[in-house]
Amino acid sequence: LTRLSLPLAVGQCGNQVGCRFWDLALREHAAVNKKGIYDEALSSFFRNVDTRSGGDGPDIYKGKIYSLKARALLIDMEEGVVNEILQGPLRDVFDSKQLITDVSGSGNNWAVGHKLYGYQYRENIVEKLRKTAEHCDCLQCFFIIHSMGGGTGSGLGTFVLNLLEDEFPEVYRFVTSVYPSGEDDVITSPYNSVLAMKELNEHADCVLPIENESLFDIVNKIHQMINFGKLGSTVKQNSLVTSSAGSAKTVQEKPFDAMNNIVANLLLNLTSSARFEGSLNMDLNEISMNLVPFPRLHYLVSSLTPLYTLADVNVPSRRLDQMFSDAFSRDHQLIQADPKHSLYLACALLVRGNVQVSDLRRNIERLKPSLHFVSWNQEGWKTGLCSVPPVGHSHSLLALANNTCVKPTFIELKDKFMKLYKKKAHLHHYLHIDGMEQSCFSEAISSLADLIEEYNELDATKGGPRIDPSRLQIAV
Amino acid sequence: MSIVTVQLGQCGNQIGHEVFNAICSDVRGTHGLCSKKENESYHDACKERFFSEEESEVPVARAVLVDMEPKVISQTLSIAARSGYWKYDDGSHFCQKQGSGNNWANGYSVHGPRHKEVIMNLVQKEAEKCDRLGGFFTIMSMAGGTGSGLGAFVTQCLRDAFPTSFILNHVIWPYSTGEVIVQNYNSVLTLSHLYQSSDALLVHENDVIHKICAQLMNIKQISFRDVNQVIAHQLGSVFQPTYTAESGLHYSRNPLGDLMETLVPHPEFKMLGLRNIPQMPENSLAYSTFSWPGLIKHLRQMLIANAKMEEGIDWQVRPPRLGSSIPSSHSTNKPPHFNTSIANLVILRGKDTHSADLGSFRDPSLYTSWLSPQDAFKAWKTPRAFNKYEKSATLVSNSQFLLKPLDNVVGKAWNMFASKAYIHQYTKFGIEEEDFLDSFTALEQVISSYTIL
Repeated sequence: LTRLSLPLAVGQCGNQVGCRFWDLALREHAAVNKKGIYDEALSSFFRNVDTRSGGDGPDIYKGKIYSLKARALLIDMEEGVVNEILQGPLRDVFDSKQLITDVSGSGNNWAVGHKLYGYQYRENIVEKLRKTAEHCDCLQCFFIIHSMGGGTGSGLGTFVLNLLEDEFPEVYRFVTSVYPSGEDDVITSPYNSVLAMKELNEHADCVLPIENESLFDIVNKIHQMINFGKLGSTVKQNSLVTSSAGSAKTVQEKPFDAMNNIVANLLLNLTSSARFEGSLNMDLNEISMNLVPFPRLHYLVSSLTPLYTLADVNVPSRRLDQMFSDAFSRDHQLIQADPKHSLYLACALLVRGNVQVSDLRRNIERLKPSLHFVSWNQEGWKTGLCSVPPVGHSHSLLALANNTCVKPTFIELKDKFMKLYKKKAHLHHYLHIDGMEQSCFSEAISSLADLIEEYNELDATKGGPRIDPSRLQIAV
Repeated sequence: MSIVTVQLGQCGNQIGHEVFNAICSDVRGTHGLCSKKENESYHDACKERFFSEEESEVPVARAVLVDMEPKVISQTLSIAARSGYWKYDDGSHFCQKQGSGNNWANGYSVHGPRHKEVIMNLVQKEAEKCDRLGGFFTIMSMAGGTGSGLGAFVTQCLRDAFPTSFILNHVIWPYSTGEVIVQNYNSVLTLSHLYQSSDALLVHENDVIHKICAQLMNIKQISFRDVNQVIAHQLGSVFQPTYTAESGLHYSRNPLGDLMETLVPHPEFKMLGLRNIPQMPENSLAYSTFSWPGLIKHLRQMLIANAKMEEGIDWQVRPPRLGSSIPSSHSTNKPPHFNTSIANLVILRGKDTHSADLGSFRDPSLYTSWLSPQDAFKAWKTPRAFNKYEKSATLVSNSQFLLKPLDNVVGKAWNMFASKAYIHQYTKFGIEEEDFLDSFTALEQVISSYTIL
């Protein structure tokens, strides 16, 4: 019996992030698993395969680690990124049965990814999914990792999302979506993103939006602090949320690696309590249960703290409390948003390492007064305590907020879309694809507008008078 | 008679483990302060109650461990075995992989029916190991999905399979500021369902125990383990062997039965609160002495004023004057903040218990008029000291102790229900809005009943 979270990396961005994720996951497990025994924690992300007789041997469920193979599906309609992974230090972690590639790419066109390649590769994808699911009795969750602005990640990625719902309706669907940044050089990214949003609205259980600007700001901030600030060489390299230090990757880091590492760390933290023990476990299905009060409002703003650890071992509790404060500050959020000044529907705090329930409670009490929660969820906190900290840290915190501060991201997307759509710019590239009609566009923008309206209605209640509904009267 | 413990969910299993630890450590301890013969009787009575002696040298806890995810049970089993002093039966556990997702409906409507047979077989096996079955003790939290939902289902199954056995549910109430966002929904569903199948609900509130850890035990960085150990101590102080007035020269054989008979005269009133004094850090024990009159006086005032611990008691609260012309059942007559009792049980352990005078607990003004004061109050005693405390006094009370906390939970759940938030998560697994309404109605009834005492 294995309990399984299955990541599916789709498109260039998805696979670049995915690659960092597997690398850092191996690093994390190596740090904890000193004896080289294949354990429950490892099994949620890796199979243990006996490759001594060459090729793909049988799965080994207990005992020594032979060869770890990632449970994953890597999908890309271009070969570049996936080939690089297969030639790099992680080449033994994947095998050909997990890859679905093509050569020509999707031309930054959602319709090509979703309608054309979707139709073409459907059987192939389903078959490979079933094969992977065969290895375990308990498939708990799918993670799709992709970007919204291109063609493959956005189009084929959301096609896969639909497919997952059809074929595995009971398995949770988490999506980590990288939204296009302000200076995106793909002209049609608003089209791609809005078309993808409709799919996310209707078929995802939980979406973690990420914006490149935020990742970039964090990378910059760390860069500044190391090179020009007071920290210098006292920072533990492998503790940086942006670092690949200690992982398999030995080559000089490319610019996007630092940013992708942040997203990889997000996913590791999200799944930490399901993999490692703790005094108050927080599972993925619990995250979905507690943070999604209404089906469509499933967009969660995430923040990770601390961004680094100093080599100095003494951690006064003031620094611990600082970690909690930082989790709510705008410059730690992974999208351009300020949750403190918007309305919370729900909030989850997953703490790792040497932190106890009293530390959690003290900080919730301290921070609560400065946060605005919706009237029917005034104490809407979901908490988890995992004993095992991330590599290089003694403790860390992942905060997930269902908060109306996502609204500006969506409004901006809508505006950019409308700018293009009003002029019918580039529409023909989409409409000539089989299965695409004008109604796809109008339905997609309508879906986005409805979503924004739901957030507007919630925001309207902020700061208003609180009227508790009268209780049931019982005849005495 | 033996008690079979059913540990449900993460909380149930973590606490259950601490309870067996506390009981075992108490029995092994040399601080009994009594004769060797007394100690041996205590030891034997405790063993029969909680452990079975099998081929292994080490006593085996009479327990069934259930969880819908594997990590906690795995840890619990191994830590217990490592202690070398006791262990769980290797076969007496059942777990799954995917958890209940904090979803009561998932625990109750999906996991329950799906795994009923396996779980009840384990329970049956444990029950058959007992020469005489004294009843079931289930441990669960009401905030999550497994302990709460599956726990409610299992309790129902226990009632169906063992219609004449006693069932006591130990229910943990979560911190009022969130451990789980949907905790109030899960709580309302749990309590309303348990009320139908259980004989009594013995409650511990995390907020209260946390305060005890902070203010009385002086713990700086309080962990769940600390909280669970205080809870385990308090439970041990109830369930370790004692003499009742009726048991004569033997340790009483039927603790659950005695408890129910004493405290639950009417099925509408099943909520039991627990207070135990004194509580202090272990290293202070040697420097503290208490007198029974002092302890009893404090415990009585804690009852009357609904104090959660022995510090910060409101000594201004007094029971109403009896003999006034206005009938005492009108709540408007009662002094403010006065906690009316239906029935109380006080358990005294340690030095000179024979000299302890509990007359003040028989004061009729503490109680409703339904039972005579002799019937409304019972005392259990033993000269054998418990868990290194020279003197220890415990109160188990069927009173208005839990009225306000219950009202708060129902109020918050109702507030959320009015907005329909999260309801889709429950209907997905077969719990509909009508089911919620039924639960709310049931609990408003309980609240109303306790209010007009």
